[in-house]
Amino acid sequence: MSTDGIIIKGSRDGLVVTLGSGAWHNALADFEARLTASPEFFKGARVGLNVGPRRLTEIDARAARDLLVRYDVILWAIISADEETQHVAAMLGMDAAVPQRETKTRPVEAPVPTPPPPQPEHSSSDEVELGLVVRRTLRSGQSLRHTGSVAVVGDVNPGAEIVAGGDVVVWGKLRGTVHAGAMGDEAAIVCALDLAPTQLRIAQHIARSPEDRRRKPVPEVARVRSGKIVAESWEAK
Amino acid sequence: MTARVITITSGKGGVGKTTTTANVGVALALLGKRVVCLDGDIGLRNLDVVLGLENRIVYDLVDVIEGRCKLRQAMIKDKRLSELYLLPASQKRDKSAVRPDDLKKLCEDLRPDHDYILIDSAAGIEEGFRTAIAPADEVVIVTNPEVSAVRDADRVVGLVEAAEKGPARLIVNRLKPGLVQRGDMLDTSDVLDILAIDLIGIVPEDETVLISTNRGNPAAFDEKSRAGLAFRNIARRITGEDVPFQTFREETGLFGRFSRLLRRDGRTA
Repeated sequence: MSTDGIIIKGSRDGLVVTLGSGAWHNALADFEARLTASPEFFKGARVGLNVGPRRLTEIDARAARDLLVRYDVILWAIISADEETQHVAAMLGMDAAVPQRETKTRPVEAPVPTPPPPQPEHSSSDEVELGLVVRRTLRSGQSLRHTGSVAVVGDVNPGAEIVAGGDVVVWGKLRGTVHAGAMGDEAAIVCALDLAPTQLRIAQHIARSPEDRRRKPVPEVARVRSGKIVAESWEAK
Repeated sequence: MTARVITITSGKGGVGKTTTTANVGVALALLGKRVVCLDGDIGLRNLDVVLGLENRIVYDLVDVIEGRCKLRQAMIKDKRLSELYLLPASQKRDKSAVRPDDLKKLCEDLRPDHDYILIDSAAGIEEGFRTAIAPADEVVIVTNPEVSAVRDADRVVGLVEAAEKGPARLIVNRLKPGLVQRGDMLDTSDVLDILAIDLIGIVPEDETVLISTNRGNPAAFDEKSRAGLAFRNIARRITGEDVPFQTFREETGLFGRFSRLLRRDGRTA
């Protein structure tokens, strides 16, 4: 586990980032380090900041917003139990309350009873995240972000987007845009029963599906091999 | 009996929402149902023209909401069917004149005396759309068999689900059987492959729709119109009847007509 105490979770409204304890400017600096480490993952994301019991001034909140804007991240909420802080967030046009809706509408997520043992392949700074399972079709305009791996039981339609720190598995047709290993993991894979994404990214690599109309869809796995994304039929091993 | 509120929407403009609302409204009234067609496209009023009732408008939806007239005064009785009413939109105002709660209240007032309230939604996914789906018991999405319309319909299906008004049902409008046969147009199955929602009707491209729309006499009245038949079938499906889907073929020249004779396989065409 990382030492900065930052927890990043995906929710239906966007990412919810819980900052570590300690002074505000330190916590914010720690978060900036995360942004610098994996800008691709955060680019274009909507982030709600859970600041814990802290009391933020308007200047503090503005600093957070301006920081995120530099990384092309929208700060849509400041989540705090403190009334004064909620007031500040509302004044800046952000959501303020603790989102109860999140627990209700959020995709099914495996509970974390005990932290899983750290795996030797992963560098120690990486959080070991459990996967996120989504049992519905992602439609045009819908976006899913998660720091771990993502499994979708359903289709990913054109115009939908998945950004995952780990692997992306689609038990269905993948036709939207997908980014696996968005925090830089080149070993990440993307697989689908019908792999025909508008655009497929793994770490910093980008590929498009062939333009020609596909014949019969077969399950495929995409991965990075010698610096290029290649898709292989699932049976061919 | 209390009325069922059905909102007809699409995302993309120009796919045939208003034509569908008018024709399904007429077809339901032809089945003896008490129907109100409500124009939700405030500021871009059209439904009255398609129904041929434009010259009878005195009050509109916004007048009712702002208390300048009674609901009954704004409702226009159709010139052909005694159980079909139009509630026209205002042409002078914009979407901000009607809030979702206003439309909900209005529909509550209409429910006791009718069987169906059809709301013709504005295009887009903004205020007009949000207001139009607020009172809906059911949402029907109209799309054309083309990639851009289907993409927008998919976005709307997601928004309707998120608003807990789902699952929406689908009408594929302006299908050109000839183009589909040659592989130059998306087929209904291609559309359903993406959207994966229940189909409630397929309406073929038909010149009689354009002509009847311009004359303010919906094609659903026309016994001979192919599209009119499709709209009447949609109305029957809305009432819960199980109506088999038409199969459309383009008959070109002698061979087409001849092969059709040979292919008479009992499927309703």
